[in-house]
Amino acid sequence: MPRTIIPFGPQHPVLPEPVHLDLVVEDEKVVEARPSIGFVHRGLEKLVEKKDFNEFVYIAERICGICSFIHGQTYCQAIEAIMNVTVPRRALYLRTVWGELSRLHSHLLWLGLMADAIGFESLFMHSWRVRERVLNVIESTTGGRVIFGTCKVGGVRRDVTPEALAHMMSEVDRIEHEAREITEVFLNDRTVKQRLCGVGVLSRDTAYELGCVGPTLRASGVAQDMRQLGYAAFGELEFKPVTRTEGDAHARCAVRCEEIFQSADLIRQALAKLPEGDIAVNVAGNPNGEYMARTEQPRGEVVYCVKATGAKNLQRFRVRTPTFANLPALVKLLQGCELADVPVLVLTIDPCISCTER
Amino acid sequence: MAQEQSFEIIPVDELLVKVEGLRRQNFRLVQISATRLAEQLELTYSFDLEHRLTNLRLHVPTGDAKVPSITGVYWAAFLYENELHDLFNLQVKGIAVDFQGTLYKTAVKFPFGSTKAVFS
Repeated sequence: MPRTIIPFGPQHPVLPEPVHLDLVVEDEKVVEARPSIGFVHRGLEKLVEKKDFNEFVYIAERICGICSFIHGQTYCQAIEAIMNVTVPRRALYLRTVWGELSRLHSHLLWLGLMADAIGFESLFMHSWRVRERVLNVIESTTGGRVIFGTCKVGGVRRDVTPEALAHMMSEVDRIEHEAREITEVFLNDRTVKQRLCGVGVLSRDTAYELGCVGPTLRASGVAQDMRQLGYAAFGELEFKPVTRTEGDAHARCAVRCEEIFQSADLIRQALAKLPEGDIAVNVAGNPNGEYMARTEQPRGEVVYCVKATGAKNLQRFRVRTPTFANLPALVKLLQGCELADVPVLVLTIDPCISCTER
Repeated sequence: MAQEQSFEIIPVDELLVKVEGLRRQNFRLVQISATRLAEQLELTYSFDLEHRLTNLRLHVPTGDAKVPSITGVYWAAFLYENELHDLFNLQVKGIAVDFQGTLYKTAVKFPFGSTKAVFS
């Protein structure tokens, strides 16, 4: 059988982000996929040599436009660990709430993209309509919609008024109610299931061996979620990772659907327990030491390696984003799949090339 | 809340043996990174088992930085190893999927590879 190479990306209708795949196909079957990234590598890790470690929170937040808050939070956690800073509990709870709101809007964004990819346009629009509600809540409490700018070394910059908290609580209920109607379609609609069930199966062992993270890993039955580490307020909240065992595209979709309700529940728990008190402490001096901070972004575990030598600039700042960890799995998933399934499979790891091209 | 993590400094020729040992214990590869020091590259291989982070650290001279690939043990390491080559000019021998220096298209070749400032 003659082989043909079909280029996918770096600009493709289903994923307008600069990742390229060379798909080697025999007839309609993909026999090999070779990814190319690095089209817009920004060199943000290099910027630590120019920026004060406090200023660098702004850079970290801009690594990604979707999980921006958790990037800033993870960076702050690394610096705080090096400098032995005790962050006020109220700030930890607010970080938790804003982090889970980020997860909500990220997962709803992904659901819309997946609906669009499988040609279910009305479902795409409904997903993004609900996402707008989440963005409105974020805007009302932080002033920003995707870049919040609220996290800083030692705490957070903004507090939330009791009126805003009450509004947030009622909005979360409404978002959950509307999201439930949408996720019912993703989980049970015949056309969606036909497109996703049994496609791109990743076994538990393979997912673990390939270093997968986030919903990609949990959909294969591995209950691993960095929130189990108990950072921010997660150590004081009821939480159990969402898992599925099927390991296929539908399972990865189902994990994200269920995590929407988990995030809503975590927000409600955090708001109910939100302690009174300060939202930040003063941090004096420069960091001197090394730490690897890990948190759970919507796409999975992110790792921040930070090394400082007592100067105002860090010696090394390195981010391992969840998409980077999931790319090897994508290469494996595409081997042997039908050409028509490639867009769906690419989307099921929820790739964020902005993160990858940090 | 600081999370548990350990660093073990090893010589380059022990890398594969150590990595194979971690694999047998079911550790997951978390990341590989490098830091440019004055005359050395400091490499950090991070592994996780049940949220316990274990790091192997090795130092290689910058002029002739070479390490063996661990893709024979952890296939997914090929992305990290290509990244180390493209950003730090580290020669990694035997990468399972070798992009031959084309993974990243940076304006400055090996931006972390020398002590010269990239930014003016």
